[in-house]
Amino acid sequence: MANGTIAGQHPEEVSFYEYDGKRKGIMGWLLTLDHKRIGILYLIAMLGFFAVAVSMGVLMRLEMLTTGETIMKPQTYNSIFTLHGVIMIFLFIIPGIPAVFGNFLLPIQIGAKDVIFPRLNLLSWYLYIIGGLLAIISLFTGGGIMDTGWTFYVPYSIRTTTNVSLSVFAAFVLGFSSILTGLNFITTIHRMRCPGMTFFRMPLFVWGLYSTAWIQVLATPIVGITLVLVILERFFGIGVFDPNKGGDPLLYQHLFWIYSHPAVYIMILPAMGVVSDIIATFTKKDIFGYVPIALSSLAIAFVGYLVWGHHMFTSGISDTSRVIFSFLTFLVAIPTGVKVFNWVASLYKGSIDMRAPMLYVMAFIIVFSIGGLTGLVLGTLDTDIHLTDTYFVVAHFHYVMFGGMGLLFFASLHYWYPKMFGRMYNEKMAKFSCWVFVIGFNVLYFPMFIMGYLGMPRRYYDYLPEFAPYHIVATVGSWIMVLGMIFMFANLIRGLYNGPRATENPWDGTTLEWKVPSPPPLENFDKIPTVHYGPYHRDWEDDRNEVVKEKH
Amino acid sequence: MRPNIAESVDATFWLVFGISVFLLLVVVVAMFYFIYKFNKKRHPVAEQISGHTGLEITWTVIPLILVIIMFFSGYYGFENMRNVPAGADSITVTGQMWKWSYTYPNGKKSDTLYVPLGKDIHMLIQSIDVNHSFYIPSMRVKEDAVPGRTNYLWFNADKLGSYEIACAEYCGLDHWNMYSRLVIIPQEKYYEWLYAKPDSTVSTTTTTTTTPTDSVKTSAGVTDTTKSKTDSVKTNKNDSAIKKDSVK
Repeated sequence: MANGTIAGQHPEEVSFYEYDGKRKGIMGWLLTLDHKRIGILYLIAMLGFFAVAVSMGVLMRLEMLTTGETIMKPQTYNSIFTLHGVIMIFLFIIPGIPAVFGNFLLPIQIGAKDVIFPRLNLLSWYLYIIGGLLAIISLFTGGGIMDTGWTFYVPYSIRTTTNVSLSVFAAFVLGFSSILTGLNFITTIHRMRCPGMTFFRMPLFVWGLYSTAWIQVLATPIVGITLVLVILERFFGIGVFDPNKGGDPLLYQHLFWIYSHPAVYIMILPAMGVVSDIIATFTKKDIFGYVPIALSSLAIAFVGYLVWGHHMFTSGISDTSRVIFSFLTFLVAIPTGVKVFNWVASLYKGSIDMRAPMLYVMAFIIVFSIGGLTGLVLGTLDTDIHLTDTYFVVAHFHYVMFGGMGLLFFASLHYWYPKMFGRMYNEKMAKFSCWVFVIGFNVLYFPMFIMGYLGMPRRYYDYLPEFAPYHIVATVGSWIMVLGMIFMFANLIRGLYNGPRATENPWDGTTLEWKVPSPPPLENFDKIPTVHYGPYHRDWEDDRNEVVKEKH
Repeated sequence: MRPNIAESVDATFWLVFGISVFLLLVVVVAMFYFIYKFNKKRHPVAEQISGHTGLEITWTVIPLILVIIMFFSGYYGFENMRNVPAGADSITVTGQMWKWSYTYPNGKKSDTLYVPLGKDIHMLIQSIDVNHSFYIPSMRVKEDAVPGRTNYLWFNADKLGSYEIACAEYCGLDHWNMYSRLVIIPQEKYYEWLYAKPDSTVSTTTTTTTTPTDSVKTSAGVTDTTKSKTDSVKTNKNDSAIKKDSVK
């Protein structure tokens, strides 16, 4: 089972929770430079924001239960869907997996003691918190809660009297958090890998983080500048986006999506890395097609830059560019397909242990495939004209984002829970809540595909009577889904107090984090390990594999 | 006669849908079968298989062919959508918070989009305030109304009846209520209506829009002049409404 020589274990060594450095108590956390503590700090903050955004989603669905006013007025509804989007995108989905699990696990998985710039790492967390606080302050100040939708499209975002400037500034600050995290990860991966850890021996989670980090560094500055331009336009009327002053509203859409489409891959690529790690662990075998999966992450990150125009098929951009963007959009489906096929092939002749994290991943594959495949209809030129800006799109991106990144965030929580907290949750309850969640998820979002096809536009406070049955089903689905999440988190929280102690390697995993104690000590390894094999290598007789040949 | 847009969009939709269902079934059936067959109880020892180049090529090339098929089926439908047939009737639609108004080549204005049966209709789409999107679900067409530019779409008025027109780009408080109607009426009735004196229900703002392709007869100068006075009054009223709404 050995994946290289590992320094001797010291069960008596204190975990990073118990280790007291210069500072004790709360300051030991707020001024920590330990990547694991920073990961936990992100987790706590993020789950708070996530809970708020989920509640807003539930309120929206409640409003849509009946036609006319159910619980709120149109202005409130518009603000709530805006906040739901802004919080989910900028505070949960984009930073989610890299900031929490990337921080906690990246250094351990590549055999390092920490990230290369620990202070920068802490600064990223503070920027995240400041951004979040600014977003909260913007709710109670200025001209009321922002009502532009999370895309802040001009000219509406310039004309509305609500507090757009501060909220947009919050997103700007959050962007810096993202850039610095990306920079830190790229450098860490290049400079801090332990001896023997070549690029193609890195766990696929690290590959996902690596591809993502490049997008974070290269694309985020564009949205930063764009948001600053919106603020300047609001305060000084500089006219970059105002057609009366020679500007162009479409320029905004281009700039916004040049970042925000690659951002979709920031959200999903690390999550896809998690899938590969979990499948390798619970099938007790090497992942099928390691190199194609690793390279497809880079391919997605690269082609993902070039497809932003598919958000603008009806905006009035030239027909030529629509055709080109449609074609490129189809191309990005190929590496995504390669990943899915390899994951399924990895199950072949494995010895599948259907534990809770694996169940989440299997649910992900189905839900994400539905989400990905419905993206094809949206990438097709003529069908997109009909479906864009309808509930079809809402269903599509909830399937890929929530069903993709969301489900995998939960999968990661369950998979690395014993490592992060040193305890176990109740397995049966975890699986049960996964089923409830996934059933609720589909009841909630699937009717939206049908509504969209029938012509129900998105961001509507009210709807025509013919859509009522679908809205009612979707609202009921939201209750089931939230119930699933309540079960899940209750189980996880209970495990913190009452769960049995976790061993070092409860899942029989092969990557380096399973070679250190649960929870790990301050600097993970007391001696930097040396790696001789690929990340998912297990001892076996069969000699065909190249990794084995390298064994000398 | 050009292919019907709604029919070709639906045809593409079901083609892509069919391919998608096929791919989904391949993935899901294989997944469930493997989960069943290679469960740790039935298959306690895993065989280490780390890849297969032939398979990697297969599942790169076959999807590549499929996406090219899908791309072209969408492309042909799109070509048809973007090339307005010769002889189409042009009507200007103006979006504003939160209503649509239609201006006919002879200057007649309306809140409801009346069009003659059997004709191709070329919509010139404008906005006087923020982004809107002119959407006729039953015709499967949509195009944004962006301030400072004129976008277009066309459709064939092939069946008598009344259809929903919605705004599909979020535009503020009453975005959800920015519905209007497309009413397809027989040609005789249409021309009767088009050249009739403006009735009381016709009350819209004017933007100073000129309709570039004036393919229909422009003989209704009289109604134009009579209307312009009432229009300017309405314009002022509406402008102030917009200002009030967007004080900054």
